[in-house]
Amino acid sequence: MFHLIDVLPALPELLLAALALALVLVAAFGGEGGRNTRRVTRISLGGILLALALIWFGAANDETAFGGMHRADSFADYMKILVLLGTFGALFMSITPLAKDDINKPEFPLLVLLALVGMMLMISANDLMSLYMAIELQSLPLYVVAAMRTKSLRSSEAGLKYFLLGALSSGLLLYGASLIYGFAGTTSFAGIAAAVSSDQLPSAFIVGMVFMISGIAFKVSAAPFHMWTPDVYEGSPSPVTALFAIAPKVAAMALMMRLTYSAFGSIVDQWSQVLIALSIASMVVGALGAIMQSDIKRMMAYSSIAHMGYALAGLAAGSQQGALGVVVYMTGYIFMGAGSFAIILLMRRDGQAATKIGDLQGLSRTHPMLALGMMVMMFSMAGIPPLAGFFGKWYVFLAAVNAGLVPLAVIGVVMSVVGAFYYLRIIRLMYFEDANEPLDADIPVAHKIVLGVSIAVVLLFFAGLSQILQSANIAASALMAQL
Amino acid sequence: MIDNWPILSIVTFMPLAGVLFLLMIRGDEITVAQNSRYVALWVSSFTFLVSLPLLIAFDSAAVGYQFQEKGNWLAGTGIGYHMGVDGISMPFVMLSTFLMPLSILASWKAITHRVREYMIAFLVLETMMVGMFVSLDMLMFYLFFEAVLIPMFLIIGVWGGPRRVYAAFKFFLYTLFGSVLMLICMLAMYIDAGTTNIPGITTHQFADSMQTWLFLGFLASFAVKVPMWPVHTWLPDAHVEAPTAGSMILAGVLLKMGGYGFLRFSLPMFPLASEFFAPLIFTLSIIAVIYTSLVALAQSDMKKMIAYSSVAHMGFVTIGIFTMTEQGIAGAMFQMISHGLVSAALFFSVGVVYDRLHTREISAYGGVATVMPRYAVFFMFMMLASVGLPGTSGFVGEMLVLVGAWHASSWVAFFTATGLVLGATYMLWLYRRVMFGAIISDEVKAMEPMHVREYSIFLPLSALVLLFGVYPMAVLDVMSVSIQFVLDGLSASGLSILAAK
Repeated sequence: MFHLIDVLPALPELLLAALALALVLVAAFGGEGGRNTRRVTRISLGGILLALALIWFGAANDETAFGGMHRADSFADYMKILVLLGTFGALFMSITPLAKDDINKPEFPLLVLLALVGMMLMISANDLMSLYMAIELQSLPLYVVAAMRTKSLRSSEAGLKYFLLGALSSGLLLYGASLIYGFAGTTSFAGIAAAVSSDQLPSAFIVGMVFMISGIAFKVSAAPFHMWTPDVYEGSPSPVTALFAIAPKVAAMALMMRLTYSAFGSIVDQWSQVLIALSIASMVVGALGAIMQSDIKRMMAYSSIAHMGYALAGLAAGSQQGALGVVVYMTGYIFMGAGSFAIILLMRRDGQAATKIGDLQGLSRTHPMLALGMMVMMFSMAGIPPLAGFFGKWYVFLAAVNAGLVPLAVIGVVMSVVGAFYYLRIIRLMYFEDANEPLDADIPVAHKIVLGVSIAVVLLFFAGLSQILQSANIAASALMAQL
Repeated sequence: MIDNWPILSIVTFMPLAGVLFLLMIRGDEITVAQNSRYVALWVSSFTFLVSLPLLIAFDSAAVGYQFQEKGNWLAGTGIGYHMGVDGISMPFVMLSTFLMPLSILASWKAITHRVREYMIAFLVLETMMVGMFVSLDMLMFYLFFEAVLIPMFLIIGVWGGPRRVYAAFKFFLYTLFGSVLMLICMLAMYIDAGTTNIPGITTHQFADSMQTWLFLGFLASFAVKVPMWPVHTWLPDAHVEAPTAGSMILAGVLLKMGGYGFLRFSLPMFPLASEFFAPLIFTLSIIAVIYTSLVALAQSDMKKMIAYSSVAHMGFVTIGIFTMTEQGIAGAMFQMISHGLVSAALFFSVGVVYDRLHTREISAYGGVATVMPRYAVFFMFMMLASVGLPGTSGFVGEMLVLVGAWHASSWVAFFTATGLVLGATYMLWLYRRVMFGAIISDEVKAMEPMHVREYSIFLPLSALVLLFGVYPMAVLDVMSVSIQFVLDGLSASGLSILAAK
């Protein structure tokens, strides 16, 4: 029996899904060429804004849909807003194709929209079934967009690699889920939480849990499940990389939080160790791996691995403070990512994408504003106060220290010094070196807006911190309330 | 009436407002450069004027923080916007606002490219320095303390000498490494005390074992900043490569952040650990005083020599602070103020001849006194102040530190005094080689006499060095109550070192 009340909490997702399906027709019959692409992109952007408005102004009740498989609470709302903003930024910047060999097909916005629905469902997943379905819905379109530049070998390689390793992680996830289902006798998070409250945990359950966390760690691109990240970042067309760097990370991190805090909330000490290991590995791999890179997209890949390591350090604390730290961290992260990718997208010479780090040389002479923006982003990523990145680190390490994970925090901050080295390298190239051949000069409005907003948020993060903390606290306590 | 004004916030953020003016300047490159210089000079001079009421209205008899400002920043988390000064921080605020216009004047001719950006970096730097000294919230303190790195990194890296990239990276990474360890300690303190309010934490009692770790974490940061041996190696590189004004601010104010940190955090908050580690600090400081003095003797680059002398002088400061006596701490404070003025003047002296000859090699000079006699007088005065001649401010600080060191241990006093002798040796030798002797090169012969602009930098610095030398109470009066307050806190925590006296 169909009840409207059972689907209404998922209204934003339903809306976007319906829009995506309708846009298939527009994409198919709207004619060839750039005009149709722009049309589809514009409609998608409108849909995202609508979903954003629905969530922003909607009541933040704790509701479930689809028989309890989908949960719409304050935590989901907060993370969905981040994902929607990130996707909006990435899609918005793809509206004017910059480099000659850029993707310029109506399929791109369409697939992004579908992936977005997947990401939002991931954030709201409240059951192993919906978890798996959402992850697949998010992943499949992303495999395709990674390989979208069909004439480029690198792009096809990126898509294939992403797909193969993604399939492996799905396998891990499914296997883990089946073990957990076998133990708990239910797929709902609440049911699992009730089942594991007992003292005796069979080792098969622990194995299942570790498998599931590993599967999600792949999506978060935490080391040692990070192998695909640098290649996919480098090989994919830049607008796709921009999307990868921002939105799916937030969704996967939210899913990780949801799974650990609600399904496994009563056995924190069991999964905390796994997350500590993931966190340390990611921070080390991210910091050391980035040093040797000469391609800026590869460097950003390692940088994102390191960032996920910091966020996981907060999650490893297993407390509400930890959840708060991760939420604050991800808030800063999407703006740093959007800002730096706005500039990376603009890196091109004679219409060809120029993504070597050396291409930034002397940028402060040729494009002072871009250089300034990049500098702000790099200092923020390095965690230098008073920029956004610092406050994220402050709150995740606060949670880690409070949970007694001082060694983890010390490794974290030491790795952030190592990380500072490669961020400074970019600033050095832009400011300390003489100008190279200048990059192309025209900057589309979309990039200006995304960059401007990102710079403003990163610079003035401290001013709005009180409000962010308030909302993040509500989100974190909503997550905790499910125990 | 003046108490109602948020004067500390105004002083802190006025330079940032100046940045907005700088951004608005339009015109061709030369106009922008010239206007930027004037705007920066006016803004920094005005900031100094605005900071003067601090000096005038400061009640040196009052215990506690004055001109306090509280704001709601992160309500309900124990973190807030809180500013205030006491006798320990107020002199540093004045030092910062006083040196800044002089530094901008010092870069008037020396900086010719990207002048606007340079001035922006300096004004941002001023905001960060002042903000750090007036912050009464630990998180705010950290924000300013770390943010200083950004403008200084750019000043060294963009406008520095040939090895500027290496020097800038070394400066940034060394300092950052120390600071992040301090950050972990701050987190632990915040968790333990439930607040980041500095007066609040000062009254909080940390467990003995915790104090040890916290002390070491803060030491990692402040030792790099001061700098103490063996983590001082970034300083000579940074000084040699930085532009003249960068060196002036680096030596004049930035090094003092470490000493200030010891007095604001380590001593009052971790008294037991401070006593426990005092011998370690003494050892490191004595090594610094003697070793860096010897290294200074061997230098052929003027700036590098003065940089090493800074390390030695800051060694006096750390010894003075950890004697935990009234004379020692007062001496350390006085030495920091005095060194702030003297080292800025000495780096500027090097800048004056560097602008003319474009080399800092001592061997390239000789006989400068005959060509630039007035310059020779100023240089001699500052050199003697650095050596600690009675009648200059350098004497008072070193004397007091020695008296304090004597209370702590006669051996510490003995080795510290060795540094005085060595200091006199290398400075006098430097002076002889640069100023006297035959003029060996035609370039020296052709050196221009000093400009009005250069006089206007030397004169205020010399006047203050002389004033503080003959009337040290001008400084000591301001800080005596606050130092006594720190000492009272130490004796309240039952330190044996104080009980013995």
